[in-house]
Amino acid sequence: MNFLFKSGHRGCAGCCDAMVAKFTLMAAGENCIVVSPTGCLEVMTTPYPESAWGVPWIHSLFENAASVASGIEAALKAMGKDDTKVVAIGGDGGTIDIGMRAISGAFERGHDITYVCIDNEAYMNTGVQRSGATPYDASTTTSPAGAISFGNKRPKKDMPAIMAAHGAPYIATTSLGYPKDMIKKIKKAIDVEGPTYIHAHAPCTTGWGFDSSKTVEVAKLAVQTGLWPLYEMENGEITSVKKIGKQKKPVEDYLKMQRRFKHLFTKEGGDEELKKIQAIADENIVKFGLE
Amino acid sequence: MMSIRVGGVCDPGSTRINKTGGWRTFRPVYDYDKCVKCKLCELLCPDMSVLEREDGYFQFDYDFCKGCGICANECPKGAISMVLEEK
Ligand SMILES: Cc1ncc(C[n+]2csc(CCOP(=O)(O)OP(=O)(O)O)c2C)c(N)n1
Ligand code: SF4
Ligand code: SF4
Ligand SMILES: [Mg+2]
Repeated sequence: MNFLFKSGHRGCAGCCDAMVAKFTLMAAGENCIVVSPTGCLEVMTTPYPESAWGVPWIHSLFENAASVASGIEAALKAMGKDDTKVVAIGGDGGTIDIGMRAISGAFERGHDITYVCIDNEAYMNTGVQRSGATPYDASTTTSPAGAISFGNKRPKKDMPAIMAAHGAPYIATTSLGYPKDMIKKIKKAIDVEGPTYIHAHAPCTTGWGFDSSKTVEVAKLAVQTGLWPLYEMENGEITSVKKIGKQKKPVEDYLKMQRRFKHLFTKEGGDEELKKIQAIADENIVKFGLE
Repeated sequence: MMSIRVGGVCDPGSTRINKTGGWRTFRPVYDYDKCVKCKLCELLCPDMSVLEREDGYFQFDYDFCKGCGICANECPKGAISMVLEEK
């Protein structure tokens, strides 16, 4: 297969961002323009004067990928080139933290764009700082676990719900552990008219601390434990959910593979924390009807 | 001196001048007797280093494969093993 996302990029061996970019271009096809904010994806795919993108691609600032995508969409419309699709793709920091104002504006104005958030749950490119997408009890360089702390004190920001509140016609969560699910949902998002949002869970070998061969395995476990539910929302209503049924695994299976959660298994009081994380998974299972 | 084009435009796919195969510590190797041509390794490789052959089996592009081991870890038939690179 001739992939539109090309080799030679500088992503780490086993890079999550590279996988999501590859799947996104498989879904989007040739006739698209891609916008990326600053972050690992941008840095490792476009060391000047090179590009790993087989399609037109533009770098915005860290905070305004959705605004740049809006402008491109408006220009294409004015030129009558409606069949060229506009896809923004960037990290969790660039999307749900510093990019929040820009994505909110783009969705409220109703541009015909698809935004793919690659959620590796921290600011990886600058050295694993905590973001609004970092999960409860993860150790990062700005939420370090230590003598008195179990790591990040806050739960993940519920970005899909925030995008749903904007009245977006299509929103979906997905995971690189399920590439076919991801490609299908991105295709659908691109086909739906109006602003659509894909939240792609993406385990990072370097930032989370697991062997580079385990990127897909860790991603699957996030889904199979109920910590990362896969669903679609159309016009604000949940219209499909990936059931986990008999595959359901205890959260320990997911957490113990990752250095960022190591303290939960070595530090006194870790048992109590594990129960709290299991409760988050159990709540998801009930809320989304995953069983 | 490097000249910069208007808009700083770069050519599509031009990272392919950067052969990343030298990053590898372990090299993936196929056992074609076990492979069932499911295409999962081709789909998952983050470095597009699994190339389809005319007979429907695959071969590795060692110019770019970084040796991450995802293909070997995910192959449902255990048809890929990782062996230490010897230089
Ligand atoms: C306005 C601004 N602030 C800070 C930075 C520094 N910076 C570059 S990339 C990055 C983190 C990106 O994190 P994320 O969006 O989650 O993408 P990832 O690298 O994790 O894929 C930061 C803080 C910047 N480039 N611009
Ligand atoms: S640090 Fe993580 S996100 Fe960044 S290139 Fe490496 S694997 Fe990908
Ligand atoms: S080891 Fe990694 S980079 Fe090499 S072919 Fe397998 S998946 Fe691709
Ligand atoms: Mg990130």
